[in-house]
Amino acid sequence: MVYGVILFPSIYFALRAEKKSKEKGLSVRLIPVPRHLSSDCGVCLRIPWEERETIHSLLKEGSVKVEGVHLL
Amino acid sequence: MIYLDNAATSWPKPPEVKEAMVRFMEEIGANPGRSGHLLSIEAARIIYETREILSTLFNVKDSSRIVFTLNATESINLALKGLIRPGDHIITSSMEHNSVMRPLRDLEKKGVELSVVPCSPKGELDSRDIEKKIQSRTRMIVLNHASNVTGTLLPLREVGRIAGEHGLLFLVDAAQTAGVYPIDMENDGIDLLAFTGHKSLYGPQGTGGLVIGERVNEKEMIPLKHGGTGSRSEFEEQPDFLPDRFESGTPNAVGIAGLLAGVRFVLKQGVEPIRRHESCLIEKLIEGFKEIPQITLYGPEEMKDRIATLSFNIENLSPSEVASLLEEEFGILCRPGLHCAPSAHRTIGTFPKGTVRFSLSAFTSDGEVKQSIEAVRHLLHQKD
Repeated sequence: MVYGVILFPSIYFALRAEKKSKEKGLSVRLIPVPRHLSSDCGVCLRIPWEERETIHSLLKEGSVKVEGVHLL
Repeated sequence: MIYLDNAATSWPKPPEVKEAMVRFMEEIGANPGRSGHLLSIEAARIIYETREILSTLFNVKDSSRIVFTLNATESINLALKGLIRPGDHIITSSMEHNSVMRPLRDLEKKGVELSVVPCSPKGELDSRDIEKKIQSRTRMIVLNHASNVTGTLLPLREVGRIAGEHGLLFLVDAAQTAGVYPIDMENDGIDLLAFTGHKSLYGPQGTGGLVIGERVNEKEMIPLKHGGTGSRSEFEEQPDFLPDRFESGTPNAVGIAGLLAGVRFVLKQGVEPIRRHESCLIEKLIEGFKEIPQITLYGPEEMKDRIATLSFNIENLSPSEVASLLEEEFGILCRPGLHCAPSAHRTIGTFPKGTVRFSLSAFTSDGEVKQSIEAVRHLLHQKD
């Protein structure tokens, strides 16, 4: 499967994003930020790349601040 | 032993509070959100879940607006020192604890104008008296939800409405009520809610928080502490977003794990059932004491006007004499004196002597209340 990651300004938003996604049954996981990316917070949300649009709008609805979405 | 000092800190705690803290120490232990590894995420998740459950309890739409502190005192200091500037005018009541009075008196020295609205000898506040004090420079109204001396409930919703109509910020000290009396940020018109974790939320000491309402611009609020947050590490400036802006330094994560279990206990029991239990017992205590002519009771008699904290005095005995006799002869632990609230004692006419205070919790039993009434009767017989 092709994965992507979503980066957040803080762990609060990373956890909020994880919860919102899991509530919708999406297969996501919090992982340490990959070395080639930089983020304000140490963790990011790994997502199935094909779900990026769905998850992005879900997070917007759930007032989750996002810093960026990247292909792994 | 009968513990009747729950207004100072609740004890015992539900067993699950200790279990959650032991689990944190044994199985998690890491620094929340600082490192990105499994245990760090798990620690951060516990703190996140605590914000979420507190937002359910207080009807907060966005849980990032709950910031953790050590106690209600720190929360009140953060709200006042963060938002109030010289030249501003603040209105408060004469029933406040020193957690409110001392930071306000300090601000007064720095050019803030303060109006202290007198309350009745039972500690009751007429919200119209608050409205009369509003002037062009008024910025904030600060009130306790219930007095830690008399248990008197203040008219939160009425004052919240007045604050809203006049565009003022409303700061509420809920140290005595969070968990045992319904609090609703939206419907009560609260802008800043200071709560403590170790009283009727049944968490450990060293936990508390401030809920920052949507009308408060957090970017204009100055933090009490600046420092590391685990976020924006490449910048030397403090983050401007919540909750990180006000949460510098490693938090009391093990304490917050206990607080989470405490709030879960409160929601499982239900705020209303806990209140009913305590009201029923304090009513019995008041009824019992009313039959003893040497006792003077303070605060309202109607249950709808009070919480389960009762101040009283016994004729010809000082509060500290009563408390030490109750402890030595009957194993009853309570709190005599001024309860860090000299202004409240002046209001009810008990300054500087103070009162004896009995304060109950969800764990106080009917038998303990009966034994306490009997103990006071015995004590009086011995004196005769």
